[in-house]
Amino acid sequence: MYMIMKGAKTQMIVFDHVTKHYKTNIGLDDVSVEIKKGDFVFLVGPSGAGKSTFIKLILKEIEATEGSILVRGEDITKFSNRRVPELRRNIGMVFQDFRLLPRKTVFENVAFAMETVHKKSKVIKKQVPQLLSLVGIESKAQKYPDELSAGEQQRVAIARAIANNPKILIADEPTGNLDPETAWEIMMLLEEINRRGTTVVMVTHAKDIVDRMGKRVITIEKGKIISDSIGAYKLEQAFAGHENMSDTLQHYRTDTIVL
Amino acid sequence: MIRRFGYTLKQAFLQVFRNKAMSLASVFAITAMLLILGLFFMIVVNINTAASMIEQDYDSIEIFLLDETTEDQADDLMKDIKDEPGVESVTYRTKDEALIELKSRWGDSGYLLDSLQENPLPNSIVIRIDNLEAADDVAAKAQTLEGIEDVKYYKETVDKLMKATNFIQLSAVIIMAFLIIVSVVVVSNTIKLTVFNRSSEITIMKYVGATNWFIRGPFLVEGIIIGILSAGVSLGVCSLVYSKVVDLIGKDLFAIMSTPMVPMDFMVVNMAWIFGALGVSIGACGSIISMRKFLDA
Ligand SMILES: Nc1ncnc2c1ncn2[C@@H]1O[C@H](COP(=O)(O)OP(=O)(O)OP(=O)(O)O)[C@@H](O)[C@H]1O
Ligand SMILES: [Mg+2]
Repeated sequence: MYMIMKGAKTQMIVFDHVTKHYKTNIGLDDVSVEIKKGDFVFLVGPSGAGKSTFIKLILKEIEATEGSILVRGEDITKFSNRRVPELRRNIGMVFQDFRLLPRKTVFENVAFAMETVHKKSKVIKKQVPQLLSLVGIESKAQKYPDELSAGEQQRVAIARAIANNPKILIADEPTGNLDPETAWEIMMLLEEINRRGTTVVMVTHAKDIVDRMGKRVITIEKGKIISDSIGAYKLEQAFAGHENMSDTLQHYRTDTIVL
Repeated sequence: MIRRFGYTLKQAFLQVFRNKAMSLASVFAITAMLLILGLFFMIVVNINTAASMIEQDYDSIEIFLLDETTEDQADDLMKDIKDEPGVESVTYRTKDEALIELKSRWGDSGYLLDSLQENPLPNSIVIRIDNLEAADDVAAKAQTLEGIEDVKYYKETVDKLMKATNFIQLSAVIIMAFLIIVSVVVVSNTIKLTVFNRSSEITIMKYVGATNWFIRGPFLVEGIIIGILSAGVSLGVCSLVYSKVVDLIGKDLFAIMSTPMVPMDFMVVNMAWIFGALGVSIGACGSIISMRKFLDA
């Protein structure tokens, strides 16, 4: 088990006995975990385990039923709705389905995130090309999303997610719609971003990627953390009790956001 | 701040433009509403001024004298009345004076009176009251005097007029309240459509940490633009109609009622304020309502 180090300054995300009940289901059940600054963490587990619940709690998209959640040292369960935007500016999000705006160019899609937090257009014009070159698609700036390959679209999404220099990058199955080679390129990009100091939390069902990366793996099942270790995807544990084990390596369910 | 406003304004105009049909429909609805309001306003304001002028004009009691009453007798009557409490002044008006006054009141139509064979108006005593409460007593006292034909006393008429005005005002307020609600609903539905068109954009905005007001901004301005457009159109139409009405019947109305119509520029300035304020608030309310569900996720 991963050791919980209380009081360390470098904690980025701390779950302290967090429980999330939905009307009929349990999303998370008494989960305690710490993610430190600079960590690269995989969040794995079968469908319905509570991974998206975990992420939505960090974003304060949903409220914890019990327990407290610290993001950069502040208990966000005590945040008023007013402070949610501030929280989210420190968290970049990447989704399985990219979520680019189809009527905006690549450049505009990234610029949009910066406009939203009131960056000067001079700054935007300077930084967007830098971001695009960081994710390796500087030549596609004037293209529209449907003119790009899936891998390229995900790169745009990543550029957008890091546009406002978030301290945390959360990716919910970012490689779910990509072929293995492209998926691996995206992983390299995420690792590069992590190397530059951003804490990365990635939900995935891709065992091969998890094994190959050799990062910290938190396994959730039925709302509980059943394993937290460096290294490999704990397939046996994650799917103990699940008849259909093939369900999971590529999983296409797209979580819809409640507006 | 300016940067933010520029973004908001640009988005808002884009939205209005992209959503032409619905924006136009909303402008029509609000305009129709404002036109009805304008109509009420023009009528009510005129009735109000007329009523208060008439009230001033007729804070007097006029005693019509019998033809056989002599000026000496009239003098005595005047002395009697002058002592009554509440009486400010008493004047004697000959039938000739009365005719001249009537002629001037009728203005252009005054020549009609020239064809009269003989002056049908009686001599009269005009009593000015300085205290309306005393008017009833003075009128009652005047009734008992000798040598009079009739006592004309307008308080009742004025009271009735005031009641009618109040009633018109009240119904106007009720109808307006109803129309305002309808307009807000129409606007909010229009804006819901743009909100829906831009829902994926809004979702992403929320993920990158846009504040609710930043998201709301363009929609709020969209509503306000619709409101201002409606106000402008309504003001144009109402001004046009009013100036035509003043041209057509203003003089005649003055002749008959002896009260002028409320001047054009007063009307326009006031309607501009009212329409502007209403248009903006209807637009803003509609937009905030349309976004309410969307934003408290
Ligand atoms: N809005 C909701 N209302 C009710 N129950 C929910 C809601 N969202 C999630 N759940 C339930 O909570 C549990 C955890 O769901 P969650 O979405 O966190 O799973 P997940 O690990 O992300 O699964 P997947 O791999 O399929 O995305 C599931 O049993 C799910 O049915
Ligand atoms: Mg999920």
